[in-house]
Amino acid sequence: MAHAHDSSSERPAILDKVRPAELPRPKLILNDRGFHWITDKVCGIVEEPTPLWWKVLFGVALFIASFTGLGLLYLVSTGTGTWGLRSPVGWGWAIVNFVFWVGIGHAGTLISAILCLLRQKWRTSINRAAEAMTIFAVMCAGIFPLFHVGRVWFGWWLFPLPNQNGIWPQFRSPLEWDVFAVSTYFTVSTLFWYMGMVPDLGTIRDRAKTWWRKAFYSVLALGWRGGNRQWSNFEMAYLLLAGLSTPLVLSVHTIVSFDFAVSNVPGWHTTIFPPYFVAGAIFSGFAMVLTLMLPLRAIYRLHDVINQYHIDNMCKIILATGTMVGYAYATEFFIAAYSGNAYEKFAFINRAFGQYAWAYWIMVSCNVITPQLFWFKKVRENHSLVWIICLFVNVGMWFERFVITVTSLANDYLPSSWGYYSPTIVDIFTFFGTFGFFSVLFLLFVRFLPLLPMAEVKMVAPQADPHAH
Amino acid sequence: MNERNERIYGVACTFRKPADVFHAAEKVRDAGWTRWDVHTPFPIHGMDQAMGLPRSKVPRLTLLGGVTGFITGCLLTWYMNSFDYPLIVGGKPYWSAIYPFPVMYECTILFAAFGTFFGQFILNRLPHHHHPLFELPNFARVSDDTFMVVLEANDPKFHVDESRNFLQSLGGQEITVIRD
Repeated sequence: MAHAHDSSSERPAILDKVRPAELPRPKLILNDRGFHWITDKVCGIVEEPTPLWWKVLFGVALFIASFTGLGLLYLVSTGTGTWGLRSPVGWGWAIVNFVFWVGIGHAGTLISAILCLLRQKWRTSINRAAEAMTIFAVMCAGIFPLFHVGRVWFGWWLFPLPNQNGIWPQFRSPLEWDVFAVSTYFTVSTLFWYMGMVPDLGTIRDRAKTWWRKAFYSVLALGWRGGNRQWSNFEMAYLLLAGLSTPLVLSVHTIVSFDFAVSNVPGWHTTIFPPYFVAGAIFSGFAMVLTLMLPLRAIYRLHDVINQYHIDNMCKIILATGTMVGYAYATEFFIAAYSGNAYEKFAFINRAFGQYAWAYWIMVSCNVITPQLFWFKKVRENHSLVWIICLFVNVGMWFERFVITVTSLANDYLPSSWGYYSPTIVDIFTFFGTFGFFSVLFLLFVRFLPLLPMAEVKMVAPQADPHAH
Repeated sequence: MNERNERIYGVACTFRKPADVFHAAEKVRDAGWTRWDVHTPFPIHGMDQAMGLPRSKVPRLTLLGGVTGFITGCLLTWYMNSFDYPLIVGGKPYWSAIYPFPVMYECTILFAAFGTFFGQFILNRLPHHHHPLFELPNFARVSDDTFMVVLEANDPKFHVDESRNFLQSLGGQEITVIRD
């Protein structure tokens, strides 16, 4: 800033004669809401008596989550044979669900880290909830690789810990890279989320009326005082964590795609997988952010802080990444044809027209065709329609992982060993229940933690500018 | 310093607008104060320069964490797959910088994030639950919509009455003496 003032004497004379047009910037906060309004709005969600809808939804979510509990209990007590996995398809719903949930998480990090580095101010309103979504989605994802080992009590062998056999993890395997990528991702996302929340927890602490509330939020807020000497370190740390999370989030889905790409199965062994997986992850993650935020916005009347501009931006990101995913589907076909490899060609023809064609076309219609509706402003302004399209995107992205995993394995090199994979009821219960598990965590977050980052929303308000008059 | 000052933490005053506290901070800085702070509900853009604060030291701890993480990743993969239990898998070398790179990469990011996260809290001296400022009745509003300048008693320029007058001249409201 200081530098800009120093060089003002050297600026071209023409600039004094012409007046550059002011770029109209969309308002991030409507109705000129003040700082106190933002505090009241966000703290009010935590401070109000538990609403009835919350209790009902929480009960339903717990019930659905119990399906995962029962599924896992049955799996552990009986064995992985209760899942639909059998030769030739040794990877079924477990990896599909894992990749699906990890992908969902990526939008949270994109919003909190990449959009922070790109100075996209609109991110502030949705940042906190999206980060919470990331963490809970990664928790859902983690269930599957942990339990697919069968003897879950040996799950810790995945980590580089000394054990009685004196053996170590094998670092040449992309599955082991994945252990490091996903656990780092979970840890760093949680640190970033919590650190960003500390000033807001301080606000709730300062407003607390009852003893237990004061104690609870005091412990969480760590005695934050909001001094600028603290903010200075805080902002630097925030920027650095954003800078660290950006290569991290890109690496996580890249490494997830290595699980497939490093093998030599036709349809998996392609170099397009890392960027294609990352685009797909952001695509599905933004759809999930909208799926969650649109109802919350309506329930808590957050229309002034999450306005049409925010929704437009998210829809456009879904449109862009959905188109990238569609382009990647086309590229895969082209490369398969161009490779001259008979197995590779067959893998793709088989995807589109073979025994899993139904899954392939669900994927294409949900991921490539439906988001194209977001070209139209009328669609983006119809929030019920946006919500429904986002559900389609989530379904489509689950099917993408199903198509990639199952079609390649079911029909690989040797026709004599071809097979058809179907999930069992245990597979279905376990996956269905994760939506309940996710909802339980998300509802607890909505109820007890600041849903919107108050300090960050205040920071982008026009009256926060110290040079405004 | 007289005896009364020893029981005093400092003098505080509030401001209603970011612009007011910003200009007040510039004046406190120009008056040569060193032990003082500006408490705000959100970070005000340019306040570090207005207060004359040096650049934050968090990046040094991030770098330290990152370098530690990278070395940890190298040593971990080398020790486990090449030294303690060498095993031939897929015709790949026992150890090279290439195949375990994802592990080294993730360890670098993980430790750098630890350095940043804990570094920030260490530099900010947190957790710190008992602080004289929390006893101030209007301090609770600072995390909402009020801005506060606090001049601390351990600054060599501090004198209760003069500091109060100084804050008054800056346009501060609700001037209060904070007792330790």
